[in-house]
Amino acid sequence: MIVNDNKIPDMPPPASTVGAVGWLRKNLFSSWANSILTVVVGYIVISNLIPLIDWVFLTSDWLGDSREDCTSGGACWVFITVRLEQFIYGFYPESEYWRINTIFVMLAGLIAALIFEGTPKKGWLGAFTLLIFPIIAFYLLYGGAFDLEVVETHKWGGLSLTLVLACVGIVASLPFGVLLALGRRSNMPIVRSLSTAFIEIWRGVPLISVLFMASVMLPLFVSGETSMDKLLRALIGITMFQSAYMAEVIRGGLQAIPKGQYEAAMALGLNYWKSMGLIILPQALKLMIPGIVNTFIALFKDTSLVLIIGLFDLLAIVQAALSDPKWLGYSVEGYVFVAFVFWIFCFSMSRYSQALERKLHTGHGAR
Amino acid sequence: MSTQNNNVSSEIMIQLKGVNKWYGEFHVLKDIDLSVSKGERIVVCGPSGSGKSTMIRCLNRLEEHQQGQILVGKTELTNDIKNIETIRREVGMVFQHFNLFPHLTVLENCCLAPIWVRKVPRKDAEATAMKYLERVKIPDQAYKYPGQLSGGQQQRVAIARSLCMNPEVMLFDEPTSALDPEMIKEVLDVMIELAHEGMTMICVTHEMGFAKTVANRVIFMDGGQIIEENNPHEFFDNPQSERTQLFLSQILAH
Repeated sequence: MIVNDNKIPDMPPPASTVGAVGWLRKNLFSSWANSILTVVVGYIVISNLIPLIDWVFLTSDWLGDSREDCTSGGACWVFITVRLEQFIYGFYPESEYWRINTIFVMLAGLIAALIFEGTPKKGWLGAFTLLIFPIIAFYLLYGGAFDLEVVETHKWGGLSLTLVLACVGIVASLPFGVLLALGRRSNMPIVRSLSTAFIEIWRGVPLISVLFMASVMLPLFVSGETSMDKLLRALIGITMFQSAYMAEVIRGGLQAIPKGQYEAAMALGLNYWKSMGLIILPQALKLMIPGIVNTFIALFKDTSLVLIIGLFDLLAIVQAALSDPKWLGYSVEGYVFVAFVFWIFCFSMSRYSQALERKLHTGHGAR
Repeated sequence: MSTQNNNVSSEIMIQLKGVNKWYGEFHVLKDIDLSVSKGERIVVCGPSGSGKSTMIRCLNRLEEHQQGQILVGKTELTNDIKNIETIRREVGMVFQHFNLFPHLTVLENCCLAPIWVRKVPRKDAEATAMKYLERVKIPDQAYKYPGQLSGGQQQRVAIARSLCMNPEVMLFDEPTSALDPEMIKEVLDVMIELAHEGMTMICVTHEMGFAKTVANRVIFMDGGQIIEENNPHEFFDNPQSERTQLFLSQILAH
């Protein structure tokens, strides 16, 4: 028999296992091979990072109004700053820039309010953002009401066009995707086969050919007088294409919900739409946040494909600027700028989705 | 015996007439005839695969029967979705795996159906929910999520959630089979209390102690048929069929 009445007091761990030294030892220099790897990789990273920082920041030029101002030998950001307005607003009339600015400010404010924890009446705010705001934004952008001058869509371009394409695509493809996913899992054979056919057809076609068809072939089928706006056609094409992808992501989420949840909802007398809306979809969408955001990010970047049908999104407009004889040879700056802008938006979406996942985690398994 | 027959009226609550069901080729329910009066407590037992769960799941159309007639109250279960929803409102069900909604708090779990199905104002629904959560002795857990509760607590919430709809009948599908032994009692206590209050209950369970305490009738099923049906006293002390005797010897042996 063993009886131990001596209580050993808590002791601090050995100094070599905690703090910065401990961390280095554990993660970077745990063995000979690891130490060599750390040194080599560190050398490669640093030897590339220094010239990069030098090019981007230290020897770069930011101010000026022509290529003559780029004298330092680093990046010539003057190209970007001079043309920044065009990159953001496209060919939108300068006197009407305030309309786009208003939308930017409203959108940023709404998104910030929706992300912020303590906002009261979030549901109403969300409904406003999804239902009322697009109408306001449309009339501001297009005009034709409230004494606003009409700005034809072929004048839209740059970052604002990219955001229009992405926001409409994102906002419209989610509900369509949900309906298609539910349709594909429906017990009704006609609904099921129509949904399946829709998903498989759109998913099996490259987005470029969807856009080509929307811009070139669709007008051939529709009689000349009812010509649809090119941007609208592109938007419909992108939405259809992305909702097919979205549907498959959501279907995956629906399948992960245990059968018991459906049964419990039914047994309580909830009808199909209520059990989907209140029980199944909230859980499925939560599970699917990474997949949904992944699709959103892909969508955001895919908007740059509209350049092939002659719409000037951010990438297209920068590319057009690059062929300006006054600025020949600054394509690196142009592309770096475009990549950086895209990255900022995509990275923000990614971070927001991670925050959302943490917030919605209610400490339960899948049951 | 007399205590077990209190509250039982002659009003028929549930009636099955010649019910048959197949899963593909497999004949799961064979000519089931059963009628349950208001206030009656029925315990259904039998080996696994005997069709007992399938039978009670047919009563609220979680499973569809292919032949025969099922009447709940005055309503016949047909393909008419209105009938099905009427019946589901009046029939509460408690599952083996609780099936609480994990994204909602305990209170929201209880209020959801009254608010959305019965159109009860939220305040009243919450008051009712708290009343039933007190009855199952967990009012202090009302604002937690199901994932934070023990199995026994979750099952009691599931019972409270069903009761919030104010059902005429409660169906229990092996409510204690997924529970750790020390939690079975707390759930059975709630069920016993419910039985004493006169709730019409049909329980699929292997808790023979529960059957002896509260059941008016015990039904033994095997191979999709009702083999034996008797009051608990006779059923346990004097089983008639060979299969029943074998089953009882197997489950009571240990």
